[in-house]
Amino acid sequence: MLKKRTRQPIRLDFWFWVRAAVVLVMLLFLIYPFFTLITRSFFSPDAEGFTLANYIRFFTKKYYYSTLGHSLFVSIAATVSTLLIGVPMAYLMTRYNIFGKKYIHILIIMCLMSPPFIGAYSWILLFGRAGLVTKMFAAIGLTTPTIYGKLGIILVFTFKLFPYVYLYTSGAMGSIDSSLEEAAENLGSSKLRRLFTVTLPVILPSIAAGAIMVFMTSLADFGTPMLIGEGYTVLPVLVYNEYMSEIGGNANLASALSVIVVACSMLVLLVQNRLVARKNYVMTAMRPPKEEQLHGAARFLASLPVWLVTFIGFLPQIVVVVSSFVKCDFTGFKNEFSIESYTTIARRLSTNIRNTFVFSSVAIVLIVLLGLLISYIIVRKRGVSGQLMDMLIMFPYVIPGAVLGISLIVAFNKPPLILTGTAFIMIIAFVVRKLPYTVRSGSAFLRQMDPSVEEASINLGVSPMKTFFTVTSRLMAPGILSGAILSWITCINELSSSVMLYGGKTSTISVAIYTEVVRNSYGTAAALATILTVSTVVSLLIFLRVSKGKVSVV
Amino acid sequence: MSHTVTIQDAIKRYGDFQALNGVNLTIRPGEFFTLLGPSGCGKTTLLRMIAGFNTVDGGEIRFDDKAINNLPAHKRDIGMVFQNYAIFPHLTVEENVAYGLKAKKVPKDEIKRRVKEALELVQIENLATRKPNELSGGQQQRVALARAFVIEPALLLMDEPLSNLDAKLRVQMRTIIKKLQRRLGITTIYVTHDQEEALAISDRIAVMQSGNIMQVGTPEQIYKKPENPFVAGFIGVSNFIDCQVSEKGVQLAPEYTIQPPLRRAYTGKALLSARPEQLFFGEKEGLAGEITLSVFLGDFVECEIKLHSGQTIQLNEYTKDVNEVRPDGQQVRVCLDPAKISLYEPDTGEVLSC
Repeated sequence: MLKKRTRQPIRLDFWFWVRAAVVLVMLLFLIYPFFTLITRSFFSPDAEGFTLANYIRFFTKKYYYSTLGHSLFVSIAATVSTLLIGVPMAYLMTRYNIFGKKYIHILIIMCLMSPPFIGAYSWILLFGRAGLVTKMFAAIGLTTPTIYGKLGIILVFTFKLFPYVYLYTSGAMGSIDSSLEEAAENLGSSKLRRLFTVTLPVILPSIAAGAIMVFMTSLADFGTPMLIGEGYTVLPVLVYNEYMSEIGGNANLASALSVIVVACSMLVLLVQNRLVARKNYVMTAMRPPKEEQLHGAARFLASLPVWLVTFIGFLPQIVVVVSSFVKCDFTGFKNEFSIESYTTIARRLSTNIRNTFVFSSVAIVLIVLLGLLISYIIVRKRGVSGQLMDMLIMFPYVIPGAVLGISLIVAFNKPPLILTGTAFIMIIAFVVRKLPYTVRSGSAFLRQMDPSVEEASINLGVSPMKTFFTVTSRLMAPGILSGAILSWITCINELSSSVMLYGGKTSTISVAIYTEVVRNSYGTAAALATILTVSTVVSLLIFLRVSKGKVSVV
Repeated sequence: MSHTVTIQDAIKRYGDFQALNGVNLTIRPGEFFTLLGPSGCGKTTLLRMIAGFNTVDGGEIRFDDKAINNLPAHKRDIGMVFQNYAIFPHLTVEENVAYGLKAKKVPKDEIKRRVKEALELVQIENLATRKPNELSGGQQQRVALARAFVIEPALLLMDEPLSNLDAKLRVQMRTIIKKLQRRLGITTIYVTHDQEEALAISDRIAVMQSGNIMQVGTPEQIYKKPENPFVAGFIGVSNFIDCQVSEKGVQLAPEYTIQPPLRRAYTGKALLSARPEQLFFGEKEGLAGEITLSVFLGDFVECEIKLHSGQTIQLNEYTKDVNEVRPDGQQVRVCLDPAKISLYEPDTGEVLSC
C-alpha cells in the first residue's frame, strides 16, 4: 500500500532563492571540482578512455605506495605522542592550581593557531644543518641527531597539534560532574584507580575526538613535511611534486593521489563515527570538579611540566620573531641586530603582503555572508537543502588543501570558466576551506536562540527577509564574528592550497615564506613569518575578547 | 475592529501523525477565548496556525469572511505573546514596544505617544530605557504584552504567557491581562494547560484532547456540566463511580439508588461523576464506607473515604458547616445530589444527565 504523503507546495519566497543560490555556489565550487578530480583520476595520457592505470601505478611502484605508509606512520605517531602530552596536560590544568593557568591556556591556543609551517621552519633554524644549537654543539665537538626526516615531522606535529587533545580533553574534564568521582571514591576506589576506571573512560569520546583532529590534520599537512621531511615523502607532498612535475601536461596521477588521500581521511572519519559517536556520555555537570590547591614544592612540580610543554610549543614563534631582527646573508645568521630583513621584504615582497590581506579580507566578507545564510538554513530550515549543506560544509575538513587546490585547477583551467592564475581562484579556495569555522560557530550560536524572537518580529508585521537582516543576523553577530576571526586567522596562514594555485601576481606571504626558505633566504622568511605571527596573535586576542569563552577554537 | 475568527475543519499533519483532526470553532469579536488541554493536545499547534507559523493542511481559517490560510504571517495583523516572551535582547524596552509600530510606518511622534501609553497600561513606564537583561521575568512579560497590543491588532494571541512565572506573579499577571483585554476589547485567543488559569481568565473555553475539541463553553458550564468524562476528569477533581441505570433510577450500590433527571431514556451500565464538594454525609442513606484519611485545610476538610465496594473517593466538607473534624476510621454514608452529578454512557462518553 502506498503511503499518503502530503506535499507542501514549494513557496518561491526569499529563503527559497537563498537556498537555491547557496546550493548552486556549492555545486560549482565544491562538488563540481571534486567530481572533475575523481573523473580525471581515471584517465591517463598513456591510455585510451577509462583506465585504472594511475591507481595501478600507485599501488605497484614503491616510490609511490611508500608515501602512503609514511603518511600513516607520521600521523599515527603524532596522534600517539599528542595523546601522551595532551591528556596529562589537560588533567594538570583542570585539577590543580597551576601557576599562570589563564595565560598558559591562551599560549596553548596560540600554538595551535600559529602559521602551520612556522614550527618546521623554527626547528630548522635551531637544529637544522646551519642551526643555532647545532653550531653551538659542533663548536664543543658534539653532533646532534638530525632534525630532518620522519623524526622532525613527528616532533613538529606533536608540539603544534597537542592543543587539539588538550582542548577537547580539558573541556570534557571540566564538565564531568564531581559526584561521579566522589561516588567512585565512596565505593572504595583509590585516586589513581578512579582516574583510570571512571574519569578517563567517561571522557574517552572527547579524547578520541581530539585524537582524530590530530590524525586528520597531520595526514593533510603539506608545509611541515615539505620543509623538514627532505627524503621522507608523505602523500600531500607527493601530490604537489607530481602535479608540479607534470605541469603543462595533465594532472591525472596527482588526481588519483588526491582521491587516495581523501579516501584515507574519510575512512578515519567513518571509523570515528562508528566507534566514538555512539558512546557519547552527555553530561550536565551540576557541580563541576573542584580545583585542588597545591602549595610550595608540590605546586611547582605540577606546574613545571605544563610550563615546559607550553614553552616548547611556543618556542617556534619566539625564534621566528627574534631571528627576523638578526642580520643575515645566504650563509646564515650573523651575531648582529638589523632590520634589513624587513627593508628587503618591503622592497621585494610588498605585493605578497598586500595579496594576503586583500584576498583574506575579500574572502572574509564572503565567508560572513555565506556563513550567516548557511548557519540559518542548517539550523532553522532543515529539510533536504539544510542536511545537504550540513554535510557539504564539513567536507573541506576532509579535503587537504593541496587536494582542493588540484581539484580547483582541473575544474577551472579550461573553457568555459578559466580561473587558474587569478586572484579569484585563490579567494575561492580560502572561502571553501575556511567557511566551516564560521558556519560551525554561527550555527552553534543560533541553536541556543529561541526561534520565537524571529516569530515575534514577523508577527509584528516585518517580512521574513527583513527580520533576518535586522533581528536574526544582529543576534547571531557574536557567533559569526568569533567564527569569522578563526576563518581569518586560517586564511592569512593558508599555504597548502595557495602553493598550488598561486600565479606570478597572486602569491601570498605563506607562499613567499615557503619559496624563501627553499632558496635559503632565512632572514626574509623570518620577517614574513613574524608579520603572520603578529597578525595571528592580535586576531586571536580579539577572538578571545569577542567570544568570551563561548566559542571553542576547535 | 476586532475579528470574528472562524476555524472550519482545520487539519494539521506532521508526517503520518495527525495533530489536529478537523477542528471547528467560532470565536466572537472581543471575546477572551481559551484553548485548554494537556500537553500534546494540539492547542499550541492550532494557535500557531492562526498566527501563520504553521501551515494549514486541511480546512480553513477565516478572519471575518476572509480566508487567511495562505496569508503570510507578517501580513495578518495579529499581536502575539510568546511563552518565553521573545523580547528582542538587543533593543531597549521602548524600542521593543515601538518595533511593530515602526514596521507599520506610524509617524514618529505618534509612536512615542502610543509607546508611552502602552507602558503606562502595563505599569512599567519607569523601565522604558532598560535593556531586557536588566528585567525580571514579570517585567519582561509586561514588555511582551505591551509590544503585542500597542499595534492595536485585530486579534491577540497568547501562548502560555504565564507558565514561566512564579505562582504569586502568575495570579497577579492574569488579573492585569484580563482587565487589559476588557478595556481594549481585542479578540483574544489564549493557550494554557492550567485549568485554574483558564477558568479565571476566560469568557469561553475550548477543552482539547488529542487534536479534538472536547467541549466549548463558559468556565461555569465546563466546570458544572462537563459533557464527557475527559472534561470532568481534566477540569477540577471528579469522583468516577460505576453504576447501573434502570427504571427505578441510578443504582450506585445495592443499598443506594438516586433518581437524577436524564436527557433520554436509558438503561444499562453508566459512569457517574461528582465533584468532592458536591458529596455530603448522610444519616441513614448513602454509600457505606470508612474514612481513611481526614486532612484539615482551613476552609474545608478533605476526606478520603474507602467505600465498601473497594473504591476510594474524595469528599470535601466545608469547615463553616461542621463543628468538628471527623476522625479517621469512622464509619460513614456518602450521599450525592441528583441534580448536580453528571452521568455518562460508559463506551461513547455521551452525557446522559441533564
